[in-house]
Amino acid sequence: MYYNVVVIGGGPAGLAAAEEAARDGAGSVLILERDRELGGILNQCIHSGFGLHYFKEQLTGPEYAQRFIDRLSGTGIDVKTDTMVLNITPDKKIYAVSSKDGYMCIEAGAIVLAMGCRERTRGAISIPGERPSGVFTAGAAQRYLNIEGYMCGKKVLILGSGDIGLIMARRMTLEGAEVKAVVELMPYSNGLKRNIAQCLNDYDIPLYLSHTVTDIRGKTRLEQAVVSEVDEHFVPIPGTETVFDVDTLLLSVGLIPENEVSKTAGVEIDRRTNGAVVSEDMMTGVEGIFACGNVLHVHDLVDFVTHEAEKAGKGAAEYIKNKGVPGGEGRVTRLLNGQFVGYTVPQKVHTERVDKFIEVLFRVKNVVNNAVVLVKAGDDVLMSTKRQQMLPAEMEKLILPKKVFDAAAGRDIEITVVKEDEAK
Amino acid sequence: MTKTITCILCPNGCTITLDTERPEETVTGFSCPQGREYALSELLHPMRTISSTVRITGAAHPRLPVKVNGNIPKELIFKVMREIDKVCVKAPVKCGDVVLPNVLGTGVDITATRDM
Repeated sequence: MYYNVVVIGGGPAGLAAAEEAARDGAGSVLILERDRELGGILNQCIHSGFGLHYFKEQLTGPEYAQRFIDRLSGTGIDVKTDTMVLNITPDKKIYAVSSKDGYMCIEAGAIVLAMGCRERTRGAISIPGERPSGVFTAGAAQRYLNIEGYMCGKKVLILGSGDIGLIMARRMTLEGAEVKAVVELMPYSNGLKRNIAQCLNDYDIPLYLSHTVTDIRGKTRLEQAVVSEVDEHFVPIPGTETVFDVDTLLLSVGLIPENEVSKTAGVEIDRRTNGAVVSEDMMTGVEGIFACGNVLHVHDLVDFVTHEAEKAGKGAAEYIKNKGVPGGEGRVTRLLNGQFVGYTVPQKVHTERVDKFIEVLFRVKNVVNNAVVLVKAGDDVLMSTKRQQMLPAEMEKLILPKKVFDAAAGRDIEITVVKEDEAK
Repeated sequence: MTKTITCILCPNGCTITLDTERPEETVTGFSCPQGREYALSELLHPMRTISSTVRITGAAHPRLPVKVNGNIPKELIFKVMREIDKVCVKAPVKCGDVVLPNVLGTGVDITATRDM
């Protein structure tokens, strides 16, 4: 079995990448999806708030997915659901298994990695205490509730104020649960401001910043969760314990890109993003293998995933049409992380392939007010742009025009953030 | 009295402030016309949209995701949830199909948000 482009994962990233690859003339395109249907995590995100950038209207998750699924018909893109990819080789052979087709080897001209991410669990953050049932990741509880139709508890505490935690606080409340509080380790929330407003404030659910869960009690089912305040080093402060009588603890404590099969293909992983190192066309270090969406780095908005996936799909189509990397490798400019910058995507740029501009996505490591983003080569400042407030929870976008790369003249480019008064 | 409102219309989440005595003249902090309208309506009569699921038979899943296809008064949220709970539909359903028309006389329909 051979396809020009094989997309691993049929969520928002995979759907957009496959569609774009087909539209750009990639020829045969196949999507491999391990679930029984396309759409990925969007299917369980039944709330509204998706699509404002991409479709210029507010959609629910299933509606956003449905639009892409509808667009597949007539494109000639093949789909295999219920199919699990086990292994990818550096020469682009994909080994997968399904109960319908059995064990199969699919050869690909180009591969787009779009496997998304999974949730961090209780074990990943080492919450002490007993091991009763009733401790769930927020996304698992969301799936039980919105797709399977099961409420996982009645009295709920939520750890982590990322958007999934906030959305689940509202959702569980609407379905009749009593959500006692949302607890956040950091001194600020990692969720969107509008979700604090419409998911917590609307329902009088308190948010405890600089607090964490320090004990879990219960023999068979969760009975109590103990919450303590933490100091500036995130160490619990003795004497600040509050006991919550709850039967359910939901964890919204971070997401991990699922790169197991990327690694079998020899794709280099960036330890800052836990995703692949990519260039401006979303190609990984392995020629002809591209990555996009939450498997590359965790996004805030699906609209940005779609946009990035379209770049990967286009990259894959160009790779197929050119029978290799267009224009060869050429000169590579690395994008270095300066002060406050946690990571950038892409991490490197093929300088000669920059047409007009490239987009760089990045996150800061700390909250920075009155910030100036500087683009530097050595000591030369090539570009600077002001930002009123930068938050780790919000992905930043920077447009680097071609002239920046010309001015860098082969030197690596550093993206750094300074406070406005330091910039003068 | 000065009131602060977080706009929920888009992910920017603008912080909008206004004087409750003279809202029209004092409203600031919005970055689009819709934000201005939102803050003024939030002051007088808060409106929201909600999403939930209804029972479905003969489909791949036991629940069908639905939404209100317009704004409903915030104080009716839990009453609308109770109405949604009574609905049970049969597959097949198309995205956009009305599963409960004119819920509680609000003029707003409950519609399916996917094919199933």
